[in-house]
Amino acid sequence: MDAPAPRSKAEISGGAHTKREHDSAHKHVTGSADYIDDMPEPAGTLHGYLGLSDRAHAKITSLDLDAVRSADGVIAVLTAEDVPGANDISPSGRNDEPVLATGKVLFHGQPLFAVIAESRDQARRAAKRAIISYEDLPHAIDVRAAMDAGYRMVTEPMKLARGDVDAGLAAAPLRLKGDMRIGGQDHFYLEGHIAMAIPGEDDEVTVWSSTQHPSEVQHMVANALGTVSNAVTVQVRRMGGGFGGKETQSNQFAAIAAIAAKKLNRAVKLRPDRDDDMIITGKRHDFVVDYDVGYDETGRIHALDACFAARCGFSSDLSGPVTDRALFHADNCYFYENVRLVSKPMMTNTVSNTAFRGFGGPQGMLGGERVIEEIAYALGRDPLEIRKVNFYGGPGRDVTPYHQTVEDNIIERIVDDLETSSEYQTRRAEIIAFNQTSPVVRRGIALTPVKFGISFTATWFNQAGALVHVYQDGSIHLNHGGTEMGQGLNTKVAQVLAEEFQVDLDTIRITATTTGKVPNTSATAASSGTDLNGMAAANAAQQIKTRLIAFAAEKFHIPEDQVVFEPNHVRVGNELMPFGDFIKLAYLERVQLSAAGFYKTPDIHWDRASGKGRPFYYYAYGAAVSEVSIDTLTGEYQVDRVDVLHDAGRSLNPALDIGQIEGGFVQGMGWLTTEELWWDDKGRLRTHAPSTYKIPLASDRPKIFNVKLAEWAENRELTIRRSKAVGEPPFMLPISVLEALGMAVASIADYQVSPRLDAPATPERVLMAVERLKALAADDETSRI
Amino acid sequence: MAQSHRTFIRFLLNDRPVELSGFAPDLSLLDWLRINQRLTGTKEGCAEGDCGACTVLVGRLDNGILTYETINACIRFVGSLDATHVVTIEHLNRPDGALSAVQQAMVDNHGSQCGFCTPGIVASLHGLWLSDPEPTEADIERALQGNLCRCTGYEPIVKAAVAAAKTIPSEDNDRLVAGYATTIATLTDFADGARVTIDSERGTTFLPADVDDLADIYDANPDATIVAGSTDVGLWVTKHMREIAPVIFIGHLAGLQQISFDETGVTLGAGVSYTAARGALIAAFPQMAEIWDRIGGEQVRNMGTVGGNIANGSPIGDTPPPLIALDASVTLRKGKARRTLPLEAFFIEYGKQDRQQGEFVESIAIPALDEDAFFAVYKISKRRDEDISALCAAFHVTTDAQGLVVSARLAFGGMAGTPKRAPTAEAALIGQPWSWDTIQIARAALAEDFQPLSDWRASADYRMLSAQNLMIRFFLETCGAPVRIERHPALAEA
Ligand SMILES: Cc1cc2nc3c(=O)[nH]c(=O)nc-3n(C[C@@H](O)[C@@H](O)[C@H](O)COP(=O)(O)OP(=O)(O)OC[C@H]3O[C@@H](n4cnc5c(N)ncnc54)[C@H](O)[C@@H]3O)c2cc1C
Ligand code: FES
Ligand code: FES
Repeated sequence: MDAPAPRSKAEISGGAHTKREHDSAHKHVTGSADYIDDMPEPAGTLHGYLGLSDRAHAKITSLDLDAVRSADGVIAVLTAEDVPGANDISPSGRNDEPVLATGKVLFHGQPLFAVIAESRDQARRAAKRAIISYEDLPHAIDVRAAMDAGYRMVTEPMKLARGDVDAGLAAAPLRLKGDMRIGGQDHFYLEGHIAMAIPGEDDEVTVWSSTQHPSEVQHMVANALGTVSNAVTVQVRRMGGGFGGKETQSNQFAAIAAIAAKKLNRAVKLRPDRDDDMIITGKRHDFVVDYDVGYDETGRIHALDACFAARCGFSSDLSGPVTDRALFHADNCYFYENVRLVSKPMMTNTVSNTAFRGFGGPQGMLGGERVIEEIAYALGRDPLEIRKVNFYGGPGRDVTPYHQTVEDNIIERIVDDLETSSEYQTRRAEIIAFNQTSPVVRRGIALTPVKFGISFTATWFNQAGALVHVYQDGSIHLNHGGTEMGQGLNTKVAQVLAEEFQVDLDTIRITATTTGKVPNTSATAASSGTDLNGMAAANAAQQIKTRLIAFAAEKFHIPEDQVVFEPNHVRVGNELMPFGDFIKLAYLERVQLSAAGFYKTPDIHWDRASGKGRPFYYYAYGAAVSEVSIDTLTGEYQVDRVDVLHDAGRSLNPALDIGQIEGGFVQGMGWLTTEELWWDDKGRLRTHAPSTYKIPLASDRPKIFNVKLAEWAENRELTIRRSKAVGEPPFMLPISVLEALGMAVASIADYQVSPRLDAPATPERVLMAVERLKALAADDETSRI
Repeated sequence: MAQSHRTFIRFLLNDRPVELSGFAPDLSLLDWLRINQRLTGTKEGCAEGDCGACTVLVGRLDNGILTYETINACIRFVGSLDATHVVTIEHLNRPDGALSAVQQAMVDNHGSQCGFCTPGIVASLHGLWLSDPEPTEADIERALQGNLCRCTGYEPIVKAAVAAAKTIPSEDNDRLVAGYATTIATLTDFADGARVTIDSERGTTFLPADVDDLADIYDANPDATIVAGSTDVGLWVTKHMREIAPVIFIGHLAGLQQISFDETGVTLGAGVSYTAARGALIAAFPQMAEIWDRIGGEQVRNMGTVGGNIANGSPIGDTPPPLIALDASVTLRKGKARRTLPLEAFFIEYGKQDRQQGEFVESIAIPALDEDAFFAVYKISKRRDEDISALCAAFHVTTDAQGLVVSARLAFGGMAGTPKRAPTAEAALIGQPWSWDTIQIARAALAEDFQPLSDWRASADYRMLSAQNLMIRFFLETCGAPVRIERHPALAEA
């Protein structure tokens, strides 16, 4: 150990805070990344298909499945009677969501039976042959109809209150009221739902499920089979998109595939057609927001009273926490001196709505931003001024409606930086001048901020596990409880691990998520994947490193601080050993090279009944400026330019984070513009395929799209390498698109009337808003075309 | 002449020839690739031609020239692939197995997140890369109109397309270029001009030898389904599980793909795809560019035909309104008998056209525009590209030396059960000066002509109001006023 040690390479490749491509990028582009439907099927695999109700609300008077059973290739037909355990997949524990409906149907498209056949095509054709008779019951499809019909709420509503709202409203110099309709949204993950169940010995079954929540699928499958969790293994390597749509909605497909597989003792695969996927599975909640706001001439809000009523569908699913999160975000970046926010999670005869990126937060925030917009037009001012007047500030102006103090506020700096870099003021002036002389095409610009709370509001979900093995040859196997749906979670967690061990990223192999390796996991949701699983993986690595250090110190008789992990090497005293050699040595000396890591988020607590606590560990911030043009003859529009400045803390992987922001932005833009869910008077969803439900295309993306991370930002909390969650927050940045459209519309009445553009602002809604303002401005010669 | 006859089809799949018989007439290429061949790189996202996850390239010979086009494997029937080269994602890497220029650029620009759309996107961009050495942003967006990505927001994908264009396709970096000569030889050999008949449990598939053979086969099997591009019929199968046998495929018939273009106008064979028609049509009627590139996505335009768009009788097809406004005529054929009628007369009522059993559309003739005629076509849809029209409007007005309107043909889709003219509004124009006041009167008169429906694409009110407002747009544009939002202004004139 005398010779001077050779220097190791200066840096590992693919460590934390570096731009790395998605770990599966190479496989994605060559078509060799396997999704569940691509996996080789076990010999004799059967295929399932679901038979759906064609009534929105009815008693089933008879279910005649003889013709289904006798169809070509059919092996079995399952109904609720074939569910060996509990006929329930309700994630809220309310027992309000059957695997297969009995007696009554509560929405159009509710699964009633499953056909299992030799081929998917046979199962699908057979399912059409059922003869079902119903006795129709009255149905209520939307929130207002449900309230009028006296429908119940699917879960207890929540109330957040601070100050004296009635007095505040009464005393405020100015006051206005209004309402806003906010549409729902289909996830439109490109890979639809799918499950493949492979029966095992005794009561065992393995289910490959396209799910964000393998542990819940495991529990639901066990419950439906009437067995315990240790009999069920759920696995997922990757999803072709999730966005919240695979948080609870995978349960049904997995449960049915597992029931059939156990009953028939053959592998069973269940994959609905796209239309059925969109009909059977829940979506983003639609909301109706009623608001009453008291404010003054400066635009400062004195009191806000608002009700957020949501279309929850026939069951509770996640509607409780979703509507809660709407209230948690109704303040966005603004301090409300006196406030009362209440939720109304209404039951409706529609599919049960569920998680979707932002989890109610976007709808809450949009309601809050509508209030700002209303005040601005009522005062004839730029909404940005009103925003600034209401930003959270120092003591006295830093407490949220749920009594958490905002301690990490950076919104002013974000907004100032963006206002300057995007040349907001100059462009706004130029646009107003343009509108004065342009009869048909009108333009608009808006800057909107985002503050989004990070943590599951169900505090116990804020935990995670990871399993790390270092093999004798120095290669590393990484497994954690999170699921990969495109967000790059696996890449980021692997980067964290690479950094811990100081090895190149390609030393680490990422493996499929499975309930057999990491138990009791939380859904990969609430943007928490990296925060939680990255920490758990780091913890596992640290355990192994501690053992390695102790071993080397003892073996080479050196102090522990002389054992240092350097890039792809370990320095032991003066000697620099390649990582693999060092590990081999440790193995021979019988060092345990495997560890289960664990993490739980500190410092958070929440008491729903009193509406007080610290539900969020920290907030992520961002802002966007959007500029649009509209055609006032047809309502058609285009997003001309978008500038984003977003806070990802100390980004673990700036390339992937920018990808989340761009993707989240365009997805959010779709929600607010062209994506419209449309039910007919029979309660049938008629926009249930890409032919009728229009998500953005390449030619809809902002024509100029500048996205930047706030490079100075750093999480003040001790998150994984001071990064911040980035999955959901950017989804709300395109509220600026809606408001820019609003401004273009408002130009019709010289910006003196609130455009009140509801979402989604389809060309039709834009034109109708233009018409409304034209009618109001009819006396004003100058605003006529 | 005695015809040769085959009972199998043959085509190239990636690097190997395939011979198939006994398959069902409604077997989709996607199912065959994924289930029968276990080529699982090509994905199913919708099974209706709208998402592009299933995009593959199909090469075919056109007068000895081999061209590759993107298509949707989910709605393309295997029976239509005789004498083609089907290329899937598994064959799009470089001959040495390394990533292609497109694939590498997608990786470098972070163009995939969940990756499910990616094979289809790579296929679409590969098609662009092969055919367009210097794509503009507009070209790239057009090539991606048929591909949905829910994760990335498209920005990195567009950047990847720009980056890929820096590499020129060559024998070293592309399997298709490397195989060009042998592929031409093989496909020439395959295209032997034989009639093909395939019997299966699920019915018979016919591939007529030529147009006369088609006439004979259809005459003998008047209950058969004619399949041209299958962009409608494909969905009858994948979405409605309709039985379509027996099937007569016509997409391969050169005799239906003739395009003639001179000063009298344009004549299109019924089997001309949107893509093939584009050049001549837009040269003759530049205003058609507005809708042409907004019909479906690139894959749909590569497959779908104008003949099919007319024959299907849809009230919301995009070609009938402009063709009616231009006074196009359609030639139908049954056996040896032909008849020609104004296109307008072809659409009788919803679901009913003037077409006899065993009669097929052979060609469409569009008379040239008068030099000083005003003509425009507009399409209104919720999403600008790859969306079915809420409303399609085509206006064709001629005026005399005094500026009085001599003729007016205002045709609309989406306003009634068939594509239809607006007689009251037209009457309000005839003999009047072409002026703002006249347009206002005609605009009001339109309310007499139609009672549109409300559905998920648009409400009745919106349809009527925007139809009326499009008349204003038309008037303003004839006065030279720029009144439209253009995403790529400089490139609007293709
Ligand atoms: C994703 C997608 C997007 C679309 N977008 C649009 C759009 O924006 N605008 C629009 O107008 N359309 C759109 N369509 C529909 C359009 O592609 C079809 O209407 C197309 O034009 C039909 O042509 P085809 O060759 O594919 O016909 P096929 O599907 O092969 O046949 C259609 C019908 O016509 C009959 N037929 C075909 N050719 C003949 C013939 N020569 N003689 C007699 N009968 C014949 C067939 O029997 C069948 O009844 C879209 C379709 C898809 C899948
Ligand atoms: S699967 Fe969506 S276009 Fe073919
Ligand atoms: S990468 Fe997920 S859909 Fe495109």
